[in-house]
Amino acid sequence: MNRILKTFCASLLALLPVEAMAQIDGEFVKPRSGKFLLQNATVVTVTKGTLTNTSVLIENGKIAQVGTGISSAGAEVIDCTGMFIYPGMIDSGTRLGLVEVSSVPETVDYEEVGNVTPNMQALTTVNPNSEAIGVTRVSGVTTVLTVPTGGLFSGTAALINLNGYTPDQMYGGYKAVVMNFPSSGRRGRFDRRSDEDIKKEAEKAMKEANEIWENAKNYLALKKSGAELQYYPEMDQLSKVISGELPLLIVVDAASDIQNAIKWVEGKNIKVVFSGVAEGWRVADEIAKAGIPVITGPVQELPTRQSDRYDTPYANAGKMAKAGVKVALRTDEEENVRNLPFHAAFAAAYGLGKEEALKAVTINPAEIFGVADQYGSVEAGKRANLIVSTGDPLETRTQIIHVFIDGYRVPMSNRHIRLYQEFLERSPGLKAN
Amino acid sequence: MKKLNILFAALLGLGLNYSYAQTPKGSVLIKNATVLTVTKGNLQNADVLVQDGIIKQVGQNLTAPSGVQTIDATGKYVMPGIIDAHSHVALDVINEASAPITSEVRMKDVVNPFEIGIYRALAGGVTISHAMHGSANVIGGQNATLKHRWGAKDPAEIIMQDAPRTIKFALGENPTRVHGRGNGIQPRTRMGVEAVLRNGFNEALQYKKAWETYNTAKTQKGNTVTPPVYSERLQTLADILDGKIIVHCHSYRADEIYMLINVAKDFGIKKLVFQHTNEGFKVAPEIAEYTMGASVFADWWAYKMEVYYSTAYNAAILQRNGAITSINSDSAELIRHLYHEAAKTQRYGGLTDDEALAMITLNPAKQLGIDDKVGSIEVGKQADLVIFEGHPLSSYAVPQMTFVDGVKYFDIKTDKDDQRQYVSASEMVEPIFLHGEENHQCLQDVDAYFEAFQGAFFEHKH
Repeated sequence: MNRILKTFCASLLALLPVEAMAQIDGEFVKPRSGKFLLQNATVVTVTKGTLTNTSVLIENGKIAQVGTGISSAGAEVIDCTGMFIYPGMIDSGTRLGLVEVSSVPETVDYEEVGNVTPNMQALTTVNPNSEAIGVTRVSGVTTVLTVPTGGLFSGTAALINLNGYTPDQMYGGYKAVVMNFPSSGRRGRFDRRSDEDIKKEAEKAMKEANEIWENAKNYLALKKSGAELQYYPEMDQLSKVISGELPLLIVVDAASDIQNAIKWVEGKNIKVVFSGVAEGWRVADEIAKAGIPVITGPVQELPTRQSDRYDTPYANAGKMAKAGVKVALRTDEEENVRNLPFHAAFAAAYGLGKEEALKAVTINPAEIFGVADQYGSVEAGKRANLIVSTGDPLETRTQIIHVFIDGYRVPMSNRHIRLYQEFLERSPGLKAN
Repeated sequence: MKKLNILFAALLGLGLNYSYAQTPKGSVLIKNATVLTVTKGNLQNADVLVQDGIIKQVGQNLTAPSGVQTIDATGKYVMPGIIDAHSHVALDVINEASAPITSEVRMKDVVNPFEIGIYRALAGGVTISHAMHGSANVIGGQNATLKHRWGAKDPAEIIMQDAPRTIKFALGENPTRVHGRGNGIQPRTRMGVEAVLRNGFNEALQYKKAWETYNTAKTQKGNTVTPPVYSERLQTLADILDGKIIVHCHSYRADEIYMLINVAKDFGIKKLVFQHTNEGFKVAPEIAEYTMGASVFADWWAYKMEVYYSTAYNAAILQRNGAITSINSDSAELIRHLYHEAAKTQRYGGLTDDEALAMITLNPAKQLGIDDKVGSIEVGKQADLVIFEGHPLSSYAVPQMTFVDGVKYFDIKTDKDDQRQYVSASEMVEPIFLHGEENHQCLQDVDAYFEAFQGAFFEHKH
């Protein structure tokens, strides 16, 4: 029995990524850059179809070539026969890097004190060495929007790549000011405010938001006129939204709030993305008509109302997409951003379809963030954010074999895998040796 | 006629009151499916015949007896009803957080058959859930094993009456926070948790002895003995010592798991299952040798300090070390896709289909002491079944129909928008819950003890 078990375990270990196994005492496998030729794979480009028996050359952090018969001169060749190459996945709403252990306040850095704190920079507080980053990227999620929370204007979200030793090395070229649209919904069952109180508070918050907005407009006008201005970082940051320099990420979920947000945005002539949008399916046509792109999720979530069909959160993305809304997905997670592909699979199964679901975690967010020239598909000239897998990365049993971020081949290891390697066959076992 | 109806209704009411066991039982023939039996392999183009709530035949070319409905499941998969060994769905309250030991409390007294969460679980193929007391106390209340007979109005009808008794224990942060840090009484540390357990069981031994002495003495002629004071709390602990109750213990760290294994050994407690068990992988050989295994999350970690050093490979390590392992939800959301959670053991550890499926069927059945009745598709077992479009371990799988005792309670084709059976009369407007309504409930109902923690406290409840 023991031998059978051992044989089994040995065969399992053989499945583990090579680098992880090659590790010896005192050695640490680091991400490394170079010229890599991923040879003979099925390449799912997302934008240019699926190419069989195709190779991808990575050089200088970019996808240098996609095609056949690419010279391997000077390149490290990685045989990908039978494998698939996909673009790295993008999670469009997380708190990754901003928190280590969510119940330990000393490690929670996503929610600042104050109602109007748009100047708070998520990028500043990204911890490149957060354990959750290593855990996330081996799932094929290579890029995330990391988003501060709380208050009316929470702070400024940042797009980051999940490799690098400083926030600036990780920065992905997109920032947005976060606004929590005043809400008429409950924050949970523990939210024991009366319906009236909720309504009153939402109205008060809306009034306040409008006043702040007017102030920011005035601030911008004064700034443009060259006036000597007092140091006012909150207004300065908001004025960048009004001038169009920064987009506004409006977190909004309840149907009536979404409608209000659409009205509020009208005529402001600013760049807007909606995030959350849990009840988007109720007002999908209105969102489509307004032409506002949407980041929705988590997909694996409960319906917002007891009377809703059990599958409304699964079906939400699909319904909005069908109405003509451009949809990207988010997990709204921290330590389990790795589940992004599964959220996408559920959205696919409940109406979005596999192709659109894949787009919702690759090219769509890239387009929404205005970085589609660099992200979201396997095309020459883009950043080398790629994954090599045994199959469809949205399918649970698929194994992700290699991950490249900015051309760096990242080690397919993390604490979860190291603990597996140590404890699968613990020694000593039951009895002391 | 009207009067007759009232008479019938009255009779029916009487019937319900006096025959709890008369739960609905159905008959059905499911044809041409891929049948995932979990214990006897996978059968292609196979049929499952159910009569009066029991699986009568599994095979090919079965014919429906007259009056039995046939369902064509060509191209679909049939698997045993999913069993969630850790849930708080359909409970009105979760924690009696008033003392470190509250073994007298029973969850079956707070079962709410109207909770929409039951239907949502059915829509995810879950037919049985283990409705547990929360984790505020070292020894919490007695749990209830529920069968998801949606539509029942009597709580007794959704309680699985033929399931054995189980009780909740809890180690680590939750009981030490509630009692030690919250109320200034033991336990404040993991040392204190062990002391509470040993004190409790030693008291129960004395209590047992007192009753044994009395029971012997009272048979003597002319005796004048008076009985000891009855204590439901101590009697329950005595029942644990006598092997009448299965212990299900909320635990995370390896040290506390190992501690309870030692305490159980010292008191001769054999019926022990660990819940959550995030660091179970570190003491997998011990769990395999001395306990009824572990019921774990597929991949939850880092939401509190005691789960920071977790691994998503936990279930695979436990399984490979021979521990009975199940995947649970502890969440009104996760319970809706346990088939997907089980599939994660294939990404994290490469388990086989049968191993992964057993983690949400046969293995939790074993841990709840009901594996002779449910947990696999076998002749003679209760007909709790799910039909899937797509293999249930695929992330694209969609549950189509769910049966409990041969009765169909969920059908995706006839699913209504609003499945509520009961609308709160006190709510003028239906509330909208933006961040899940009580996803995570292990520490629900202890807020009164924690006004100071406020919102932050509610975020972390496992």
